[in-house]
Parts: sequence; structure tokens; C-alpha cells
Amino acid sequence: MTDSEKTLKLTVNGKEVESAPGEMLIAAAEKAGVLIPRFCYHPRLEPVGVCRMCLVEVKGPRGFTLQPACYISVADGMEVLTDSDKAKKAQDGVLEFLLANHPLDCPVCDKGGECPLQDQTLTFGPGESRFIEEKRHFEKPIAISKLVYLDRERCIQCDRCTRFAADIAGEALIDFEGRGGSLHITTFPDKPFASYFSGNTAQICPVGALTTTPYRFKARPWDLEQVESTCVSCAVGCQMVVQSSENEIVRYLGIDSEAVNQSWLCDKGRFGFESVSSAERIASPYLNGASGVVETGWSQALDAIAKTLKSAEADSVAVIGGSHMANEDVYTWVKFAKGIIGTDSVDAQLDDGLDPKVVALSDRATIQEATQAKLLILLTGDLREELPILFLRIRSAAKKMGLKILEISQSESSLTGDAAVSLRYFPGHAEDLVDGVLGAEIDPGLYSGDLQAARALVSSVDPGSVVVVGGRENLAGSSLDPERAIAKLLDTLAGAKFLSGLRRGNVNGAIDLGMVPGFVPGRVRLESASDSLKARWKSLPSKAGRNSKEILEAALRGEIKVLFLLGADLVSDFGDSALAERALSKIPMVVGIDTLTNRTTQYCSVVLPATAFAERHGSTTNIEGRVSILGKKLVGFALSRPEWMIAVELAAYMGEDLGFEHLQDIWEEIQEVSPLHRGLSISVLGAPSAKEGIVVPLSASKVQITSRRVLDPIATPGITSVGVSGPPSSSAALPGEADMVFTGEAYSPARSKLLDLLADKDGANPGPEADNFALVVSKRLYDHGVEVLSAKHLSELVSPSKGRVSPRSWEQIGLNGSGLTRLQGNGASIELELIQDPSLLDGVVKVEFDGALGEVSKLFGVESSTNRVKMEKV
Amino acid sequence: MSRFTKEMESRAHQILALYPERRSATIPLCHLAQEQNGYLTEESMIQIAELVGTTPAEVLGAASFYDMLHTEPVGKYVVGVCTNIACLLQGGEELLSHAEEKLGIPTGATTDDGMFTLEDMECIAHCDHAPALQVNYRFFGPLTNDSFDTLVDDLSAGKLESEVPPHGTLSRVQRKHPIAVPLEEIVRHRRDSDAKEGERLAAKAAAESKEGSN
Ligand code: SF4
Ligand code: SF4
Ligand code: FES
Ligand code: FES
Repeated sequence: MTDSEKTLKLTVNGKEVESAPGEMLIAAAEKAGVLIPRFCYHPRLEPVGVCRMCLVEVKGPRGFTLQPACYISVADGMEVLTDSDKAKKAQDGVLEFLLANHPLDCPVCDKGGECPLQDQTLTFGPGESRFIEEKRHFEKPIAISKLVYLDRERCIQCDRCTRFAADIAGEALIDFEGRGGSLHITTFPDKPFASYFSGNTAQICPVGALTTTPYRFKARPWDLEQVESTCVSCAVGCQMVVQSSENEIVRYLGIDSEAVNQSWLCDKGRFGFESVSSAERIASPYLNGASGVVETGWSQALDAIAKTLKSAEADSVAVIGGSHMANEDVYTWVKFAKGIIGTDSVDAQLDDGLDPKVVALSDRATIQEATQAKLLILLTGDLREELPILFLRIRSAAKKMGLKILEISQSESSLTGDAAVSLRYFPGHAEDLVDGVLGAEIDPGLYSGDLQAARALVSSVDPGSVVVVGGRENLAGSSLDPERAIAKLLDTLAGAKFLSGLRRGNVNGAIDLGMVPGFVPGRVRLESASDSLKARWKSLPSKAGRNSKEILEAALRGEIKVLFLLGADLVSDFGDSALAERALSKIPMVVGIDTLTNRTTQYCSVVLPATAFAERHGSTTNIEGRVSILGKKLVGFALSRPEWMIAVELAAYMGEDLGFEHLQDIWEEIQEVSPLHRGLSISVLGAPSAKEGIVVPLSASKVQITSRRVLDPIATPGITSVGVSGPPSSSAALPGEADMVFTGEAYSPARSKLLDLLADKDGANPGPEADNFALVVSKRLYDHGVEVLSAKHLSELVSPSKGRVSPRSWEQIGLNGSGLTRLQGNGASIELELIQDPSLLDGVVKVEFDGALGEVSKLFGVESSTNRVKMEKV
Repeated sequence: MSRFTKEMESRAHQILALYPERRSATIPLCHLAQEQNGYLTEESMIQIAELVGTTPAEVLGAASFYDMLHTEPVGKYVVGVCTNIACLLQGGEELLSHAEEKLGIPTGATTDDGMFTLEDMECIAHCDHAPALQVNYRFFGPLTNDSFDTLVDDLSAGKLESEVPPHGTLSRVQRKHPIAVPLEEIVRHRRDSDAKEGERLAAKAAAESKEGSN
């Protein structure tokens, strides 16, 4: 809050306090250093005023009366007493009342030691109980989902979990049942709390009523060690703390970062930590030859690779993957591949994203800008499945701030209900529909929805206030169609900004740092590499390289001799798994650098163990271009090493010097050679006040880094146990920490129209055909990816892929009752359960991708831009 | 048969049409489901959630708050004996104990034949006939042990069918047409009556000032 917004003055305990209209008394007092106890109040939830813990005396026409501070907003001249005898008696009484039915099983409760009920009882409570009657009893913890346990005896009915589920996540799968003394939280029979966001309720529950399965009885809070970090399970980049006990991660907690995750995490991010200690971790380097698997030392393995590399043509070396690595790893590998080996065939995407030119060369929006846009255009997959917390942010902007959304997609998404206008296009015709929205004629057979309304919506707003979220909705279709559609929107709507919908961990950072063909670090095209880069790099690739699909195709022709796979499980994650397998078996040397064994490992002749998340320092970049810190909490597993170190040593075995000894060296060089990152020094990035990360480019000449934001509001500020266990104290700014101003350099990517940079439109792309269904393959949060499968509790949530068709197509196939159908395409045939989805156009079948199961990917070939399948009832 | 029948479903849609917010129809639809099944089955709560656009958990949450909505099976007749002050003084507690004996079940339970559920109630506003009770929200009283027995026997024998419909039916009279008053009409009506009230007050003030000046 800036000073000009503080227009009200009130007195709290005789002290004058400044506040702004609309602020809740409890928050205003907290900022002035007066802590009012609370349970139900949560700054990210709508106030309800149900627990009465925050009663304070407020002066009114009848003198001072008790009122809940979380439920009244401040007024000019308000007089408040928070520590009067009457207020204290009220707080004391409320605590006694809450404890009347509380089981007091603190010694066996996961919350013990970081429990707001314990803490506040100690600080404000009666000290002794007068209650001798029998307490109410419920069956001890019941599993309300595979991830969350509910102990109804411990619940103090604060309504936090239910408000979160209904208002924030939009899935009221839990609610209060009964009334008065029998009030308790419940799920509906046979409808578990299966929400992607369920873990948040356990984090904000002020008692031990909701606990998470993976953390149950794992540790006591006072034994935990913690470090702040950034989630890389997807590319939203949620801020969180990693907490460990005895060199094992036991949980992640969300940090309240205003700009990014506003304290929430999705369950995939929150519970993915189990994969770090998975039994599938690779312990030491090994060779996979004719004589089987032979464990070896680092030196032998690196020596073998270096020898092969030295004799290989630059063009025959390729690198796929790296989207999960830290920025420093990415830069080192890019420098190694492009600057030393001299190949540009480096691709962090697995043909599941977009042309890097669209991402790197457009004006980029932040999440905040997207939620405050006059119009948000979605041309991407279902955000709840792909970038869950971005979904929450957009949903709440639509619900609370009236954000207008225009959705252009092939099927309904979780945001369709919140969209002002939602249009469907026939697979392969995104560009045509965008043309239609921008005013051109369009064949009515290729879309559905209210085109007139969409046109009116677009022309009603200033194009400069539009944000386009662009991603890849369909793995089976060519990426050119959505790329061209996005480019058209950005080119036509002058000043419109782009928010990346690419979902893999650090894929956006990988693009920024040149881990894609045709680019060098800094969103700079290969041909425009700067002098400062040339000064630091030994050489540059002589010609533009291949993307991952082209690399695999080249491998089929025998043109690839060495392939590095950086955490890329091609067989599971590459859409066309058959192509991947055929290509891999043709390459003489495949080097797999990974944390976990997976389906691709068997094709690797050399396997090198990499350190996992939380085992190394570094930084990562999210969809906005926000660079934030990765914290290190664990000692690296067995012989594993960070990826940057592997590149440095490999270079050394080849007799080359990358010039890096420490992580810091890498960052200093990035800053020097990348115009995008210039000004973003380690001291700036590492400053305590930059905990939310910093968005590149620093185009403004001066960027103000605001003070550190409120951290997790579960913590009851001012109470000591929190300092020991929960996330750091939640005062608005750490005392003594001033805002920091630093100077960046003006940066703007030089480009003409985006569309001119893309290939021409695919020629023949038919519309609906009688017996040939157009295939849409979508991604799910809990897919059969190695990340989910290696985390014990997440792996239990994976369900078989389903297919969807429109009711008319359903009839056409002759289905009734059972939806079991045989799908034939790309020379393969699989069986799937179909359901009806009225949001789909006729002649379209939408199937969820199934990763490592490898069934769905048999159906389509990446060579084809129009993947079609035949379907028959089984 | 727990979801709405065709006929009930069309009544459900009539009810939904009465509310600007679909969600507001939750409680009326719960009553409708009870009318069909005697109590709120899980399937009907799921269907209500679909109809009003909430979740089954929220329907259960709302329904479980109210005593008139039952989420467990109840008898054809729900007998609620009042034990609040007026009835208490007139022997309400004794009547309840007698009822337990007569029906052979404790308060809160349902007879094996599914005919009767016994409940104790707070004041049902029939104090002038204390000790009073209600059967499916139809009032009876004052009652003695004997007249209670007769009532139960008559109910069992089906003699009171016309007076007391099975549990869940609040009213057997059905509104023929939904009240769909257009908002403009309400606004117009309000404006007219406000104007009238204004005139009345003005006239009154004028009369008073006249009186005062006299
Ligand atoms: S379970 Fe926890 S968060 Fe939910 S109402 Fe009870 S105490 Fe509050
Ligand atoms: S939304 Fe993405 S970054 Fe955030 S917690 Fe989930 S997986 Fe992690
Ligand atoms: S009533 Fe204010 S915190 Fe609960
Ligand atoms: S006290 Fe029994 S009806 Fe009023």
C-alpha cells in the first residue's frame, strides 16, 4: 500500500493507525504491529467471522462493544481496544469454548508444535479447563481422499477448508454437515475430496483436523529444516518452502507470493517430492552395452563419451530435453552444445509445445497483467490440467474482478464456464477461427459458438490491453496451426501481450537461454548473436539445427551419431512413441542424463545420474519469464551431480574449458552475454527482498523490487513456535529491509511480424469427414509420466485414459450403454472407454494422453498434420 | 426409484424457474425429493446438485442443517412429540415415554415395519392444545395416552389417509401456474405503492399543519 492510499486514521489501543477504506480491522491492526488472535480469518479467503476469536472492543454510539475484527472494515476515527479486560475475557472465553470439545491429542497430532490452537491458547487462553463432561466423539481420522485425512474431533469449525474448496478451487467437495454440537466436516458418500488442490486445506487448517497422507507421522515441526524454493513440477513457478528431516524431504508448503501463487500449491506440485527419494533414482554412472549393464565411475563414462564426441561431426550430435533443469544447467549445456561441439540441434521441447519464435519474440505478459487485462484470450490446453495455479488465478479474476475471457479451443475446459465467449474449432482450424474472430468469413462447419459475440468482444476493447495465453492443446495435431493462430492475434491486436502456456518445469527458461534450435541465450536468434557472446564462446553453429522431431527423423536416416537426453523420457513423453523407439535404436550413442530410470533408459548406452530438485542450488524461469531461486536442502543422492557440472567435466575430457567453477560464474556470464538478463546480478537475484523472483527482461530502466511479501498466512504472526517450524514470519516486510531499486538495461527483442517468421499454412487440411474422426490428444495433471509414477501417493491417483465424442458421434458409432470402442489410426489399434461430451464438435474424438502406458501415442504420427482415426464399437 | 420421476422432474423445473439464482431452489427441491421418496436419498441429492449447479456435498450440508429434511430413511409417519415448556407442564415428557412404549422404539428411531418414526420436538406452536404433537407436520392435541394410542391405531389402519399424507408431502394442493411475475412489474408495483404512500404522508402532514395552525 502506498502512502497516498492510506486515507483513514483510527486508534488501536490508543495508538494512531493508518489504513485504507475497505481494509479489515484485523489486517490494519496487524500492519500496525497489533496482533489480534484469529482462526477463521485468512487474508486470501472471504471473511466469515465464525470463530469469534478476534473479538475486540470497538467504540460505537453505545460506547465500546465487542466485535469481530476480521469481519468489520475500518472507518475513519474508529477507536479500538484489543487488550482491554473485556476483550481478553472474550478471547479467553472463546478459547475455553473451542477447547470444550477438543480432544487435546497434541502428543500424537501432526500439527503439534506449529498449531495456532496450541499457540493461541498459550498466549490468550484460560490456562486451565473447567470442562469435566464427556467430549464429543467421532471415528478417528477418516481418509476423505487418497491424500487427505480428516479428524473431526479436532476440527474447530473455522470454515477455512470449505471456503477454500468452494470459493478458490471451485469444487465444494467438502462441506459442513449437521448443526450446533453435531456440526462436522464431511464429504458426500462415495464422492471423495478428489480435488487437484486438496493439499491446501491441510496447510490452512488451523488445527490438526486435516492432515496429508504423505506427511502423517513423518516428523515433528521443531525438527524440520527448511529452505525457500520454486516448484518446477510445471511452469507456473509457485513459491514454496521445502522442509526436510534427516536428509529427506517431508513436505512442501506454499508461500504467499502476491505475484505468483498467492499461497496455494496444486497437489502435483505439493506431493511430487516423493519422487526425489524414489527407489528408481539412478545411483551411479553405468554403461549399457552388449555385455549388459555395467556400473562404472564418472571418469570412465565421461572419457567414453568425450572420445566419441571428438570423432563425431558437429551436425551428427544432438541434445533433447533440459526443460526441467535449472537456468545455470541450461546455459552450460547450450554453451557446450552450441559453443563447443557446434551443433544447433538442441531442443528442450518434445514436440509438445510451440515454435520458440512465438514464445521468445512476442511481448510477454505477467500473470498479474493477464488477470487484469481488459480481455484475456485463451488459446491453450485446459489450464487446470496443465498449469493448475494459473487456472486458480484466472478463475478468481473472472469470479471476483469480472475478467473477460474469450476461449478458443477444441473442447471444453475448466474455464469455459467463466468465459464470456467460448468458441470451438475443428482440429487444425485454429487459424481459420481466429481469422473469423478478427472479421473474416469462416466455413460454419469448422466451428461452433457465438462468433458475433466474440467479434464484438474483441472490438470493444483496446487491443493493447489484451493478453493472449497461448499453448498447445492438441498433442496429435501439428503445432503450426495454433502457432499461426497465436501469431495472428498478436500481430493484429497491436500491443497485445503473450503469456506462455508451455507447461514443462523450466521450458520457458530453456527457451530464454537458447536451448532451442535457432537461438542463443537471451531470446536472441542465432544469426544475431552479439559480440559479447562471441567473445565468450569458442564458436557458433554454422547452420540452424533441428528440433526434436527433426532430430528423431534424422536419426532414422542414420544421420545422428550422439544424442544427449537431458531428463527426457522420449518413449513416454514424445507424442509419437513408435517413432522415438525406432529412432533411438538407430543412434550409436545415446547418453541419458537423468534422476530416474524410465522407459527410455534401456536405449541409452551411457547413463549418468543427475541431482534432483532440492539437492542443488540454482534458479528457474516461469511462464512469465520470472527468474526465481531453487533452494538446496538435501545432500545429492549417491554419485549424482548437477547437470552443469557434467557438461563442464565432459568439456574438460574433450580438452575444452567452459570456464565455470562455481554456479556464480555461470550466472555472471549469463548476465554478460544475454541482453535479456543484463542487470540481473546475483546480488539482486539473491536479495531477500527479491524472493518472488524477478521478471526478465528488465525493460524499464528502473525496476523496483518490492519488499518481501507476506509469507504463508497459516502462521500466526508474533508467536514463537512459528519461527521454528512454519514458513517464515508473515509480517508485510521484514524489519530493517528497505525497498531495493536497481537499474536494468532497456531491452526489446527486434522483430517484424511474428507471422512472417513462421512456416506457411499447411495445405490440405480437411474438415469433418464421414468415418474419419479428427484426433485431439490432451494432457492431464496426473498422467503416466515418470514424475507422477515415481511419487508413491500421486501414482495412486492416475486413472485410465478416457475418450470423448459428441452425442451425435456417439450415436453414429452405434454406442449405447457401454462406451468401449476400438480406435484405429497410424497403423495401430487400441481400445478405449468413450464418454459423451456435448462440448465437442461432431467428428472429433478427444483422448487423454497416457504417457508411459504408450497406448494413445500409437494412434498418431507426428509427421501427419491431420491425424485421423476410425472408430468402431467393441 | 430415487432420482426424480418424469413428473417430479417437470415440477422441479417449475420450481427452478421461480428463482433468479438456481441455487436458491435447493431447499424446495429437497422437499420435492422427500415428497417422492419420504426422505432425501443420495441419488436425489446428487440430482438436486446437478439441477441447482452445486455439489452433492453442499446439498447434504444444507439439508442436514434442517430438521424437516431427512437424509436417512424415516417412517411413513414422522411423529414429533413436543416437549417444550407448555407441553412439558401438561405432560409432554410423559406422553413421549408412552409413545416410545406404544411404538416399541426409542426416540429418534423408526419402527421395523417402516410406519412410524418418533421424534421429540421444540415448541410447534400448538401450545393451546398442550400436550401436542405433530404427524408429518399436521397437529394433534391435547393428547392423553389413550387418545395417542387411538391416533396411532387409526394411522396404522389407514383411517387418516385423507388428513395426513405420507411423510414428505407438505401440501397436496398444487399450484397450477408458476408465479412468474416479471421484474418490471414488481418494480412498477413498488413505484406505485411508494407514490401512494408518499401522497398519504403528504396529506397527513398537510392535515396536521392545518390542525396546528387552527
Ligand atoms: S477441518 Fe480444519 S480448516 Fe476445516 S473447518 Fe475444521 S478446523 Fe477449519
Ligand atoms: S501449479 Fe505448477 S508450479 Fe504451482 S504447485 Fe502446481 S506444479 Fe508446482
Ligand atoms: S471471527 Fe474473526 S477470526 Fe474468526
Ligand atoms: S410448547 Fe408444545 S406446542 Fe408450544
